[in-house]
Amino acid sequence: MSGKAGDELNPAPDPAALLAAARAVPDPELPVLTLGDLGVIRDLRVAGDGAVEVDLTPTYTGCPATAVIADDVRDALRRVSGYQIRVRVRTVLAPAWTTDWMSEPGRRKLREYGIAPPGPAAHAAVGGPVQLAFSVRCPHCGSPDTREVSHFGSTPCKALWTCRSCTEPFDSFKAI
Amino acid sequence: MSGVRTLPPLAAYALALGDDALILAQRLGEWVAHAPQIEEDVALANIALDLLGQARTLLSYAGAVEGAGRDEDDLAYLRDDRDFRNVQLVEIPNGDFAITMARLLAFSAYQYELYTALLGSGDDTLAGLAGKAVKEVAYHRDHATQWVLRLGDGTELSHARMQAGLDQVWPYTEELFDPTSQLPGVAVDPATLRPAWDSYVTSVLSQATLHKPEPRWRSRGGRDGLHTEYLGHLLAEMQHLHRSHPGATW
Repeated sequence: MSGKAGDELNPAPDPAALLAAARAVPDPELPVLTLGDLGVIRDLRVAGDGAVEVDLTPTYTGCPATAVIADDVRDALRRVSGYQIRVRVRTVLAPAWTTDWMSEPGRRKLREYGIAPPGPAAHAAVGGPVQLAFSVRCPHCGSPDTREVSHFGSTPCKALWTCRSCTEPFDSFKAI
Repeated sequence: MSGVRTLPPLAAYALALGDDALILAQRLGEWVAHAPQIEEDVALANIALDLLGQARTLLSYAGAVEGAGRDEDDLAYLRDDRDFRNVQLVEIPNGDFAITMARLLAFSAYQYELYTALLGSGDDTLAGLAGKAVKEVAYHRDHATQWVLRLGDGTELSHARMQAGLDQVWPYTEELFDPTSQLPGVAVDPATLRPAWDSYVTSVLSQATLHKPEPRWRSRGGRDGLHTEYLGHLLAEMQHLHRSHPGATW
């Protein structure tokens, strides 16, 4: 194989480098976060036919960003490995995505961006009503004196809150 | 398109659940820019989007299992009303906000029990979808619950209108528990969801000082393709663009 001229231009893809490239792609709705921060890139492998297979889990089943994310991942992998590379993005539903997979740097970046990061999701387990027991800190002034305006916000993953201290509205990432 | 009577039972099952989600998503979308407050526009659109996501997974799966080359768009846009397998509950008009919330309470409480049961399905796609969807539906159910409590236990007027909404919707709820495809270990027998559903809605209605309606009639036939006149009008709006410009993409 090493004798062929094309191999130097298109060496066998290195899965670790590809995985890092996929995880470094910014989320289209929340560009402050990478897909790695969100925890939606579940796995990556080079398949038997030479194609790169990426396992992507959607945050919400109806999230319109999912298709854009798949395209962005394809582009990023091609930038790393050359445009000859074939990429298959597989949607993996199980295990279901949880905000507990969000990285610590991701949580910090969200807060700095003005979005309250999600609390632990374990309390929202199946079998009971949606519990909102943890106080959400205002990402602007840090006050815990906040209230939920609506369960639902500008994207499926966020709820609308407001701060009683600084009176600013803010988005809060829902713990699921 | 050909009818769905010849579908394999698993495809028919996925289609029935997918049609429920698709048609209610379309109905809820009608509220956007018409809801009582802007937060409610956003909330109902979010709920509709979750349902649409569930419908896409289920319709794609139905098409794949059928193996005749139909994808989610073919199934959503190119079937006529008699080929839809949704319960009539999801197709009746939104009515006022109380009717919409009465329906959302009944339907999301049903879906919550359904997806919880499907977590144990022997079918990986159904179980995988259920794992995601049950988290979404928990929010839908909670949203409907909060409104029913607030309106039922609110003013004399809000109480009366919420009760009227329940009375309007309740004859359609029985259909949720009618038999679907018999697939032991894969599909859920809807009748087994009834006790948990009853217990949840009864508790909400009692806290909301509302009484659970005891309808003197019940709807039938949605799972066999028998629908109210309203479904045809809904489909005309939903399918018009796709049928006018076959194959168009953007």
